[in-house]
Amino acid sequence: MSIDRRKFLTLSGLSALGLAGAPAVRVFGQDTTDVAQDTTPAEPAQPEQPRAPLVAQRWAMVIDINKCVAAEGCRDCALACHKVHNVPDFDNPKDEVKWIWKESFEHAFHDQEHAHQSEKLRHATLPVLCNHCDDPPCTRVCPTESTWKRESDGLVMMDWHRCIGCRYCVAACPYGSRSFNWRDPRPHIDEINKSYPTRTRGVVEKCTFCDERLARGQMPACVEACKEKAMIFGDLEDPESEVRQVLRETFTIRRKPGLGTHPEIYYIV
Amino acid sequence: MLEKALSGSRQYWTWVIFLFVLIGVGFFFYLRQYHEGLGITGLSRDVTWGFYIAQFTFLVGVAASAVMVVLPYYLHDYKAFGKITILGEFLAISSVIMCMTFIFVDMGQPFRITNVFLHPSPRSLMFWDTVSLGGYLVLNVIISHITLNSERKGIAPPKWIRPVIILSIPWAISIHTVTAFLYSGLAARPFWMTAILAPRFLATAFAAGPSLLILLCLILRKFTRFDAGYGPIQKLAQIVTYAMAINVFFILVELFTAIYSNIPHHTMHFEYLFLGLDGKSSLVGWMWTSEILALIALVLLINPTTRHRQSTLVVACLTVFGSIWIDKGLGMVVTGFIPNPLGTVTEYMPTFPELMISVGIYGLGMLLITGFYRIALSVRKQIPT
Amino acid sequence: MHDAGKVTIGLVIFLALVSAPFWYNLSSGRASYTPEVEYPKDAESCVRDSAYMAAHHMDLLDEWRDQVIRDGQRFEETPDGGRRECSLTNTCLGCHVSKEKFCDRCHLYMGVEPYCWECHIIPEEL
Repeated sequence: MSIDRRKFLTLSGLSALGLAGAPAVRVFGQDTTDVAQDTTPAEPAQPEQPRAPLVAQRWAMVIDINKCVAAEGCRDCALACHKVHNVPDFDNPKDEVKWIWKESFEHAFHDQEHAHQSEKLRHATLPVLCNHCDDPPCTRVCPTESTWKRESDGLVMMDWHRCIGCRYCVAACPYGSRSFNWRDPRPHIDEINKSYPTRTRGVVEKCTFCDERLARGQMPACVEACKEKAMIFGDLEDPESEVRQVLRETFTIRRKPGLGTHPEIYYIV
Repeated sequence: MLEKALSGSRQYWTWVIFLFVLIGVGFFFYLRQYHEGLGITGLSRDVTWGFYIAQFTFLVGVAASAVMVVLPYYLHDYKAFGKITILGEFLAISSVIMCMTFIFVDMGQPFRITNVFLHPSPRSLMFWDTVSLGGYLVLNVIISHITLNSERKGIAPPKWIRPVIILSIPWAISIHTVTAFLYSGLAARPFWMTAILAPRFLATAFAAGPSLLILLCLILRKFTRFDAGYGPIQKLAQIVTYAMAINVFFILVELFTAIYSNIPHHTMHFEYLFLGLDGKSSLVGWMWTSEILALIALVLLINPTTRHRQSTLVVACLTVFGSIWIDKGLGMVVTGFIPNPLGTVTEYMPTFPELMISVGIYGLGMLLITGFYRIALSVRKQIPT
Repeated sequence: MHDAGKVTIGLVIFLALVSAPFWYNLSSGRASYTPEVEYPKDAESCVRDSAYMAAHHMDLLDEWRDQVIRDGQRFEETPDGGRRECSLTNTCLGCHVSKEKFCDRCHLYMGVEPYCWECHIIPEEL
């Protein structure tokens, strides 16, 4: 355990170093399609030496809205995630499937909204994704345990082999984080990542905190893709982890804390 | 006994063939849905349950309402219901089968349904709903078979059936309670998260179910030699009156809490239902129609003259049924999703294929009712030859 | 039993219809061959004994999918101490490069249509 943690810290340290050279503020008004092209992370070559998996007792994420706002129009996290996970692009809100997307503050923090919100927040869009709740209402309602909370590290998982497509979990999620495959997704995936399956029609899908990447020693795709380093990912049970450090020092909020779901995505406003 | 459903007049067969056509049309569209996915319905990422689940919910109520004839007969020894208990039980069986079919067509992966039993999850209300509905079906099949068979042989039903019948009474209450719990336990959907949902479901069930039964009895009297009798129909009308009055009271109680507390996340759904939200108002007309029908029904039912007169009683039963069908079969399920958890208003409108599939399922239910009632009346030799 | 004749004729027609596919295959000779599958040329061994794989590959895949998704065990140890991914696309199809010449030939013969491919990628098709 301690070895894994040390490796993890080294790794996050290294990635921080790598990002130090990146410009702090992006050029405004950049064409988003360009952004899409130049920021999609190159598919990392399969490492020769298998990397040890990243493990934690409780994975959690802190998202710094300020950094996100600074990079106006940036959707790197969503593009990277959707590319890696073969998330289809239906281009219509009815059939839409999404794991992570940029949402306005007004909608993401729908109970915090008021008429005199700061200019910054009024126009802010921030990434929203599955909150990997500590007490997830979606797993409670699933009639087949196709979605469940992994006890070892708190990830809210999905088993697409088992899902019967009843959509009870979609009704139960207070964050709108779950999508159903209304149609066959395959024809709507531009470029298929062959190391990850697609889904079939009739099942529910959502973010899994990149459990498949963690098992290979890689950080979640969104975290890796974020040039602003607005997303910090780590072990909430480890007092020395970066997430804990940030949470200790900064005021953070969570979405709909009153519902008792204990979301594990924290936002710095 | 089943062969009794296979002989009948030209009129009977015309009706049966008509129902088969409905089923065929529904099946045709279901094949399309099966191949293309649920994308051919009006459902969307924001509104993930719609017409199918709403019909399921409404029909669970109709199924549960059989208890309103079984209970007076077996617990209060109200003999006049002796003739119609079997009609109530057969209505329950047909409704439960319709419920199950509606669930089946709503599933994204229908052939994985066995997973519910292979990986049972007692924490999920859907698991309990499956158990309670399945159990209710089995109970009613046993009860109707045994009692009707004894009647045919002209002997008293075996003693052991009585405890089974008594068990079916709380079981009927449970199916609609568990169905309400499917909704009322979700913190994500304030519109459904109300403790009065289960009682309200029961009140609507005990109003809509018996009013349907009254109408069915009157139809049978017109086409067969079966006559439920004035007394039992009036008793049913009384049950409908009380249940409908309680239902309207529950609606007002619900509205009071939502409006007076003025918690936006709660009131917004009612605003959408009765006034429209963000300029979207496709349910507003329906909901006001439902409330007006409810008022007409109450006036006709509470006033003894109109309740006693058959012509006005028929109107009352139709208005009760219509009002509750709109409330449960159109408004209740969809509004839980509007606005969505992020505050966005996405409306829902069933598509043509979706409606045709539903019509097919209702056709199946009516076919079952027709066949079952024919069996019951043949046993009693009340079918005109 | 005044309808015994009709019932017998009905039964005969029913049996003839039900067994029609067997008669068809017998007479056309379409099933009288053994499917030939193409084995990988440069691989020394399979993830399990080949006789076991021929009969039970579906059980192993079933086991793997539960192990990977539900228990989070994505890798297993190989006899030589290495590490192997429990993956249909990445491991199985990594050696068996042609699904058509390996999987499909037998599946077609047996008349089974596994739905693995609705989600799992066939690399040769990309």
